[in-house]
Amino acid sequence: MSDIASRGYANPDKLVSTDWVADRLNDNSLRIVESNEDPLLYPSGHIPGAVEVDWVNDLNDPLRRDYLDKSGFAALASRIGITPDTTVVFYGDKSNWWATYALWVFELFNHTNAVIMDGGRLKWAEEGRELTREKPVISPTTYSAPERDDSRIRAFRDGVLKHTQADGQLVDVRSPAEFSGEKLHMEGYPQEGAVRGGHIPGASSVPWSRAANDDGTFKNAAELSAIYHDEIGLNPADPTIAYCRIGERSSHTWFVLTNLLGFADVRNYDGSWTEWGNSVGLPIEK
Amino acid sequence: MADYPAKLQEYLDDFSFITTREERVDYLIAIADEFQPVPASIAVKPYDEAHRVIGCESEAFVWALDRADGTLDFYFDVLNPQGLSAMAMSAILDQACSGAPLDQVAAINGEVVFTFFGRDISMGKGRGLTELINAVVYQANQRLKSA
Repeated sequence: MSDIASRGYANPDKLVSTDWVADRLNDNSLRIVESNEDPLLYPSGHIPGAVEVDWVNDLNDPLRRDYLDKSGFAALASRIGITPDTTVVFYGDKSNWWATYALWVFELFNHTNAVIMDGGRLKWAEEGRELTREKPVISPTTYSAPERDDSRIRAFRDGVLKHTQADGQLVDVRSPAEFSGEKLHMEGYPQEGAVRGGHIPGASSVPWSRAANDDGTFKNAAELSAIYHDEIGLNPADPTIAYCRIGERSSHTWFVLTNLLGFADVRNYDGSWTEWGNSVGLPIEK
Repeated sequence: MADYPAKLQEYLDDFSFITTREERVDYLIAIADEFQPVPASIAVKPYDEAHRVIGCESEAFVWALDRADGTLDFYFDVLNPQGLSAMAMSAILDQACSGAPLDQVAAINGEVVFTFFGRDISMGKGRGLTELINAVVYQANQRLKSA
């Protein structure tokens, strides 16, 4: 039994090890995708054969605060050479924070054949595995993308309001200081213009990074269950919404709750605090 | 207002001609490759926390040592092995500010980060790099005040 298979996850197939990836570098049914916050990392050295998906330039609409649309996703998929049958293996910096964000966006287009490499870029590098600056030559594919489906795993402001009014489960994954309203931004990050500090009424505070070990790998199911079940009392059968500042950190928690703990209905509220904390008429708690 | 240090201005002029993300990234990586961490003769790990750049998640540290001519020698380290942007910024600051007139170093505006890294740099990264510049500017200002 592999290390990942022994951790008790609800859906262990959504997570692969660095060994697993290293054994499949020439597997044409896979596409390895690096997604980072730092744009210098991929060009400075990446897993052989990996392509880059940049969270700003590739996943977001340049003019509206929204994700790319059907045609944009089809173009992205074509550029990175995938078909709907391709298994996309995401990895990246910051304990796979940005990799889970990219995976979440891919799942908005129903590309669910996607996994995360546990430990991300840091683990691969620290194991002394090969990194190359050589960009792979990709043959563009034709990808018939569906319309983006925002109904299943994405939450919007009005839906979040109804959810809170019904005492639904809500997880605030920001830092404790952001949750309390002491700070309007993450430690080390700038003020982003939120008018008020605090959290959405009824939310429980679990910073996203609590789900990760120091080496960037995910904690095992028992450790995660102790946090999300025992400590804050989430019921896996009930609808749950996760949020942060702009929806990136909460995609990590979305991945944990959905795939590692098997919650039935988890949505990521990407409007998050930069929308909620500025919206007229919405209640907050401190 | 004082001019910027000549080497910094040279870099700024170079980057102002860059038109593509790929060019920018390649240039920054080439600069990051020149990064030299602080020698053991100046500091050894674990470093004194007084030298840590607050707000830089790449765990950058800065030291400023006085030269006989009244200018400063700057030294840097970046503990996060993935902190490539911080290494590039440190290399630029080292080349530009070590030995440069203090009033020119003190005049550097953190906004130059966006000339080097572009406007679409993430907010966290932009903040950390700006704080790296601020740490160098602070040292120059301290020497100017005590002069």
